[in-house]
Amino acid sequence: MLFFENLLLAFSSLLTNKMRSLLTMLGIIIGIGSVIAIVTVGNALTNSITSEMSDMGANNIVIGVQQRETEDEVDESGKRYGGKINARDMTDNDLIKKEYIEELLAAFPEEIKGISIESVLGTAKVEKGRNYANVRITGVTPGYFMANNIKMQYGNELSDKAYMEGKSVCLVSDHFVNNMYDGDSSKAIGRDIEIEMSGGRKYFVFTIVGVYKYESQGFDMTATKDVTTPVYIPIKNAIKKNHAKGFPSITIITAKGVDSDDFAFRVKNFMNRYYHNNRQYTISTFSLAQMVESMTTMLGTVSTAISIVAAISLVVGGIGVMNIMLVSISERTREIGTRKALGATNGSIRTQFIMEAIVLCLVGGILGILVGLAGGAAGAKALGYEASPTASSIIAALIFSMVVGVFFGYYPANKAAKMNPIDALRYE
Amino acid sequence: MKRKKKNQEIIIEDISNTAPDLVSGEPVGFETSEKSERISTNTAPDLVSGDDNIVIDMKHIIKRYFIGQPNELEVLHGVDMQVRRGEFVAIVGQSGSGKSTLMNVIGALDRPTEGEYTLDGVDMFNAKDKDLSAIRCKKIGFVFQTYNLVARTSALKNVELPMLYAGLSGRARSRKAKELLEMVDMTERMHHQPDELSGGQKQRVAIARAMANDPAIILADEPTGALDSHTGRLIMDIFHRLHEEQGKTIILITHSPELASECTRILTLKDGLFIDEKKGSGRNAVL
Repeated sequence: MLFFENLLLAFSSLLTNKMRSLLTMLGIIIGIGSVIAIVTVGNALTNSITSEMSDMGANNIVIGVQQRETEDEVDESGKRYGGKINARDMTDNDLIKKEYIEELLAAFPEEIKGISIESVLGTAKVEKGRNYANVRITGVTPGYFMANNIKMQYGNELSDKAYMEGKSVCLVSDHFVNNMYDGDSSKAIGRDIEIEMSGGRKYFVFTIVGVYKYESQGFDMTATKDVTTPVYIPIKNAIKKNHAKGFPSITIITAKGVDSDDFAFRVKNFMNRYYHNNRQYTISTFSLAQMVESMTTMLGTVSTAISIVAAISLVVGGIGVMNIMLVSISERTREIGTRKALGATNGSIRTQFIMEAIVLCLVGGILGILVGLAGGAAGAKALGYEASPTASSIIAALIFSMVVGVFFGYYPANKAAKMNPIDALRYE
Repeated sequence: MKRKKKNQEIIIEDISNTAPDLVSGEPVGFETSEKSERISTNTAPDLVSGDDNIVIDMKHIIKRYFIGQPNELEVLHGVDMQVRRGEFVAIVGQSGSGKSTLMNVIGALDRPTEGEYTLDGVDMFNAKDKDLSAIRCKKIGFVFQTYNLVARTSALKNVELPMLYAGLSGRARSRKAKELLEMVDMTERMHHQPDELSGGQKQRVAIARAMANDPAIILADEPTGALDSHTGRLIMDIFHRLHEEQGKTIILITHSPELASECTRILTLKDGLFIDEKKGSGRNAVL
């Protein structure tokens, strides 16, 4: 009964000073809004990472050549030199060679399900009449499509024979088909594409055998039409043309039931035999599981940091609420005196003002949630992910804003409750 | 003005009739005014006699401020006062005489430092804060010089307030509040907020509010002090009606001898003590 009356009272006093209420609520709105926005974006990221991981199905292990972590060198004068600064550029000798890979495959036939290697030939603009498409010619192994979860859309995959013989055949993206053949994949199959690179000094022709579905990489800011999409050719063909002596990194796909963390360590040890005498470079391995773990840890750290900032803004907002409540109580001293003379107990005065503070914070909280959801959705969209606000964060935000209201409303409300009715009635 | 005229007519009519119908209990002007006359003649001579009809019983009330400090101040020096049910008592005195302090003590806004005070059978001296709130809520109706209506709250809601604190249901509150506003002729403006009402209208709402929980006493502190003489007259008439028609016990605190003389009993306070007590002439003298 009194609860409902107090609620109405709180709303009416809130509406009396609309501007003041809004400004007071701003701290709460910003605090709650940023928490909700961060949680929404963070969740979107986590969701997309986990779904990407489950898409890949297997645990990929990336094997890469990395500069050796050297001890800082100290010269006679005591100057310190970071080891890396003096490192020379990577040469063909430092790359992962074909032989290493063959030996690796031979050493772990059970554990390795596939291997994904790419070797980029270069980027080019394919033109035909008014149509054009930006492409990146990339030589790949059959495992590449598995490791990167690339799905065929039309036509055939690159055949085993094509891989073995390094034929000049290629897969193009659906995007390429859209640009060049008005989206009709059947028109693309069997066509030759002519590619000029290095200012026309290199000229290649590839026959299209299939169309794959291109997945945008999120951060691409180029206009849709100009997006550079890969044209996949057998890696052998690419090596014939670019004379690559090795690869800076390869990805292996582990078989089911292999502990990828443990296997990554074993692979690293195996591969480092080749780099034993290499003073500058070494091999590092990185499993997707580790990557996901480190990414979520990083995300967690970032959102904790921003949440602390948001919490501080909530505290500042709460102090604002307390301040305005004190002002309101001093403005309404006579009203408080009158209410007491009419029979209000200290408790009912206290409840009235705490309720007012709660309503102030709760309305701020709700506005904050709306702002946060909008901001979170916009943020997630900008990063190319689907926004996924959680009910728990919204409920937590509501409860938290109520707690702020109670916490910062109690002191002013108690002050009002303890007023001497005589002094309050006489207050000018 | 309209109300007053109507009353006059009724009285004239009743006098011509000279057959007061006491059994029916109809609130007719003449009949009730006679009743109040009778009560006042009863109370005036003998103040000390114990009686169930005594609403306010104060014995040797002392009120001191700043106790134990160098500026300790004794405002009331031992006030004795008894008010019977149905009396219309005026307390007069110049400013600084202790009127306000006495009013605060009577109105349970403040406790006496020493002395005995029983209001409608409740011992006030030992009452806790919460008890005092309940007493103010149910036994006392305040009417202030400055109206003290709650701002941004309609007349109706203002009248409902004491009933809200008394724990009445919303429907009961609203019904009673409408009745009371009708009684003070404010039905048309019951949804108006205080800043949309004139002084006299505000005071009428305040009187309706004071009546909300059928209090044992109505405590009016200079109720006409902020009003012009004509509006003040209307307000005084409402008090007379409450007294005469409903037998309300009213304590009027005023510095105006004219207003005081309309009451059934006049107590004069000076320097924290009653120095004079006399029977009032009642409203008829003015009419």
